[in-house]
Amino acid sequence: MTIGLAHYLTVGAILFTLGIFGIFLNRKNVIVILMSVELMLLAVNINLVAFSAHLGDLVGQVFAMFVLTVAAAEAAIGLAILVVYFRNRGTIAVEEINLMKG
Amino acid sequence: MIQTLAFYVFAAVTVVSAFMVIAARNPVHSVLYLILAFFNSAALFLLMGAEFIAMILVIVYVGAVAVLFLFVVMMLDINIAELRQGFLKYLPIGAAVGTALFAELLLVLGVWTTSPIANEMLRAKAPDLARMSNTQALGQLIYTDYLFLFQAAGMVLLVAMIGAIVLTLRTRPGVRRQRIADQIGRRREEAVVLVKAGVGEGVSS
Repeated sequence: MTIGLAHYLTVGAILFTLGIFGIFLNRKNVIVILMSVELMLLAVNINLVAFSAHLGDLVGQVFAMFVLTVAAAEAAIGLAILVVYFRNRGTIAVEEINLMKG
Repeated sequence: MIQTLAFYVFAAVTVVSAFMVIAARNPVHSVLYLILAFFNSAALFLLMGAEFIAMILVIVYVGAVAVLFLFVVMMLDINIAELRQGFLKYLPIGAAVGTALFAELLLVLGVWTTSPIANEMLRAKAPDLARMSNTQALGQLIYTDYLFLFQAAGMVLLVAMIGAIVLTLRTRPGVRRQRIADQIGRRREEAVVLVKAGVGEGVSS
């Protein structure tokens, strides 16, 4: 049995679902939520590169590189916000981040 | 045959470590499993023939992003036992949303077909591997057709870097520092006082 596009897409789908699942599951820890977002972006990248390899079109890989760039920027900014928030409030529990609720 | 085996090994390790990322008790373990997942998906990219993306994944994700996560996890003094409370409370809704999404993704996978004109619509046909490597082909594409997009990606990274620095920069009040300009700018009149002390009186400032 040869490995085709469907196999890679299945791996991507499982990773994406795990990312969603992680966001719902870890309501106390923003760091794990950020890691789940990274997992979802990785799943997207796997899909892009799988289609790129399947169709023989390099644009998918170029786009995957830009997704990677945005993921790195997002991680840096997100963690910076997290550090500042922890410095001010002393907690990173998602349920307690409700200052703007009024 | 060996390729099939390699795919299943790498895919299985990726999925299992991705699961451990969200299930591990200790956030440090989560980060380490995340690194494992990134390594194995880089191997998957290699199997697909995208060698440049695979190496970039290792460098950027493992070398930068995961280490950043590790720094932050260790910097923040968080109570691990407290973090796990409410884990089971959200399990049903999370499982429901997850299975619904997964079923939808599988449905998409089942009924999806390639358009007959897809081959004529390729923007950048991948060149023959014997003629040009993947890295070279990507470079020729990025530095010509996608130059402005590439520059925009650089701007995104610059803004992210400046933003992260500005956010986390802290100016503490009450810190004693050496102010060299003040030291050099000191003049004799404001530093030394000549007092004529009388006999047996002493000096009171």
